[in-house]
Amino acid sequence: MKRFMIPLGIFIVLVIFLGIGLKLDPREVPSPLIGKPAPAFSLALLSDPARQLSPAELRGKVWLFNVWASWCASCRQEHDVLLDLSKKGIVPIYGMDYKDQPADAQAVLNSYGNPYTETVVDRDGRAGINYGVYGVPETYLIDKNGIIRMKHTGPVTPEVLERKILPLVKELQQ
Amino acid sequence: MIPELGHFSLILALLLALVQGVLPLVGAARNNAAWMAVARPAARAQFLFVAIAFGALAYSFLSGDFSVVNVTRNSHSRLPEIYRLTATWGSHEGSMLLWTFILGLWTVAVTLFSRHLPEDMLARVVGVMGLVSFGFLLFMLATSNPFLRMPMAMDGSDLNPLLQDPGMVVHPPILYMGYVGFSVAFAFAITALLSGKLDASWARWSRPWTTAAWSFLTIGIMMGSWWAYYELGWGGWWFWDPVENASLMPWLVGTALIHSLAVTEKRGSFKAWTVFLAIGAFSLSLLGTFLVRSGVLSSVHSFATDPTRGLFILIFLAVVIGGSLLLFAMRASQVGLGGRFALISRESFLLVNNILLLTATGSVLLGTLYPLFLDALGLGKISVGPPYFNSVFVPLVTPLIFLAGIGPLARWKQVNVPELANRLKWGFGASVVAALLLPFTQGDWQPLVSLGCLLSLWIAVTVAISVRARLRSSSGWSANFYGMNLAHLGVAVTVIGVTMVSSYQTERNMRMAVGDTVTLQGYTFRFGGVEDIVGPNYKGSRGTLEVSRNGKPVSTMYPEKRIYVASGMPFTESAIDYGLTRDLYTALGESLDGGAWSVRLFHKPFVVWIWIGAVLMALGGFMAITDRRYRASRKQGRAAA
Repeated sequence: MKRFMIPLGIFIVLVIFLGIGLKLDPREVPSPLIGKPAPAFSLALLSDPARQLSPAELRGKVWLFNVWASWCASCRQEHDVLLDLSKKGIVPIYGMDYKDQPADAQAVLNSYGNPYTETVVDRDGRAGINYGVYGVPETYLIDKNGIIRMKHTGPVTPEVLERKILPLVKELQQ
Repeated sequence: MIPELGHFSLILALLLALVQGVLPLVGAARNNAAWMAVARPAARAQFLFVAIAFGALAYSFLSGDFSVVNVTRNSHSRLPEIYRLTATWGSHEGSMLLWTFILGLWTVAVTLFSRHLPEDMLARVVGVMGLVSFGFLLFMLATSNPFLRMPMAMDGSDLNPLLQDPGMVVHPPILYMGYVGFSVAFAFAITALLSGKLDASWARWSRPWTTAAWSFLTIGIMMGSWWAYYELGWGGWWFWDPVENASLMPWLVGTALIHSLAVTEKRGSFKAWTVFLAIGAFSLSLLGTFLVRSGVLSSVHSFATDPTRGLFILIFLAVVIGGSLLLFAMRASQVGLGGRFALISRESFLLVNNILLLTATGSVLLGTLYPLFLDALGLGKISVGPPYFNSVFVPLVTPLIFLAGIGPLARWKQVNVPELANRLKWGFGASVVAALLLPFTQGDWQPLVSLGCLLSLWIAVTVAISVRARLRSSSGWSANFYGMNLAHLGVAVTVIGVTMVSSYQTERNMRMAVGDTVTLQGYTFRFGGVEDIVGPNYKGSRGTLEVSRNGKPVSTMYPEKRIYVASGMPFTESAIDYGLTRDLYTALGESLDGGAWSVRLFHKPFVVWIWIGAVLMALGGFMAITDRRYRASRKQGRAAA
């Protein structure tokens, strides 16, 4: 009876797709900002609220831009990975403290260590909107001309760092 | 010590599940009575050890044993006791244990209420359920051990605030009662394929189990929808989120199965079809588990995802569903197709009902997996949203509900069309007239509202006609008959709720300073400001809104904004004033400068009808199970034995 085979056939196709789906990451949404200049902002520094930083000042070097917050649990997961990276001094990491109390953020850096060259404070999340931040943590790689070359959503793991971020950093630094 | 005891119990349960899965099935194939007799004791012993493991996990949570990874990740020393219990199944590992626990519960129920079943049939049913349980226990022990230890942590990282809600205490267990309950119908279907025997008594035995599982699932989905309504703070009651779809699909197929089983029992038709639906309902339950747990789809509900687990579940899925469908392909023709019926008959109406339900399931499945298909083919990332589902669903549900009115009044085998039309003409006319006029009571006339009202009234009228005919006839009480009508009436009530709230909901999103007032649908909201509050494991702000209508106070509402201490997660706790004809719904947004806040206000007409209808459907289902017929057959069965 051929027609009784139909459900099995459909199911096999489904399993193949689910199997491929396992290897894909649904969170990996391509950012429309890739290839575009990093949106400008001028925000106060966490370390010294009197001073401000804007991406234009970082022209000429490759840098990582990491959006984090003290209230974000998965930011703690990537914290050690970022610390490790900052100690190696391969690429500077600039942080953006997103929708957060500066005192809480400073407390986190004091007790867990500070991987950031500088951290800017985006209290109301306005700058974050321009970057299309929809989940914290998010990490952007910005090249010497201030163009966004890569975006990673979710915590940076050692694997993501090795496979995705560092090769691109080396390429861009040349 | 207690966690190790739980771990050890799980290992014993795994071995017992293997025994329960293999010996009775082999025994039934070889007609070995001693091996078949293993089924009952093995199933009960397996359940006992799963229950011990479950108790051990619950104890670890209640006592706050932060040397257990699972407890540390999902609990906190300041978490109230009731949510510590909830946290037991709030994690991935715990929810898998709950799944297995409930599977054991259903299996033991089968062993208890099965005295009328032939020995070989019971052995096969229990054996199949044992194999499913074995798969889940193996999955837990291999990839998600809930009792994993680590160096003692100072404190836990707290349960997801979304889950810290009284509704979450009962929602997952009841939903799982539904999901897992379909395993009984599945086991019966596999038994029919293995033995090649599928008759009216098989259908009669399967029916109460299927209806029970379906009723639990109905309640479970209803609670999930209600929870999303009051807890997520968006005021929506259904989001077409992958996880919601995952529970809707087995429900739709389960609904089809209930109706198809009725035909198989009464007329001996739809046999292979019924078996297929039983496999389908449980397969979709498993698929739902896969979708939620594997991380192939992102969703607001995915609290735990891990791709290695996903691979295991996928293999398990391929073995269970693929194996069942292969068996179906090989044996379905032996089960037979059953009796003939005319083009217009109750059978044909139910066939159309089944096709519509299955099409609806297919479209939900397609909408849920379409983003994955495109992604897998490298065609880009998209998401399928409510517009797709709404535009597909309404045209499918409309004829379905129309048939739900006629079906129960139609005769088996062949309908006398003029006679049926004569019985229904007044009811149909009255429904149309009332449906055209009803929208005016709510404001402007909209065609979709009239359609919704028509469908609801049509069911109510046909239920009244068939109950009246029943009362006039000499036939006595039938729990099955009245249960069915109650469930159909529930559909009518839900349709009213969905129609009204989708068409007439009004919402305002605005900035309010202390003393500001705003009027929405005749209700005046006065903002009384925001004060700080401190909860057991959170701090936050609580707003006050005084609601009045025509100068008379209606209620005072306190929407909250909370920050949970351990996770630092901000969280909106909406305030709702429930009513039979309208809900007032308020949520606190962000704090703005000058002491003002952004406030969201909704007026939602008839929204509770959605859930009241679902409760009626489930009650109808539970009522039908008590039908004397299912018990009488047991006595007959015993007498025959």
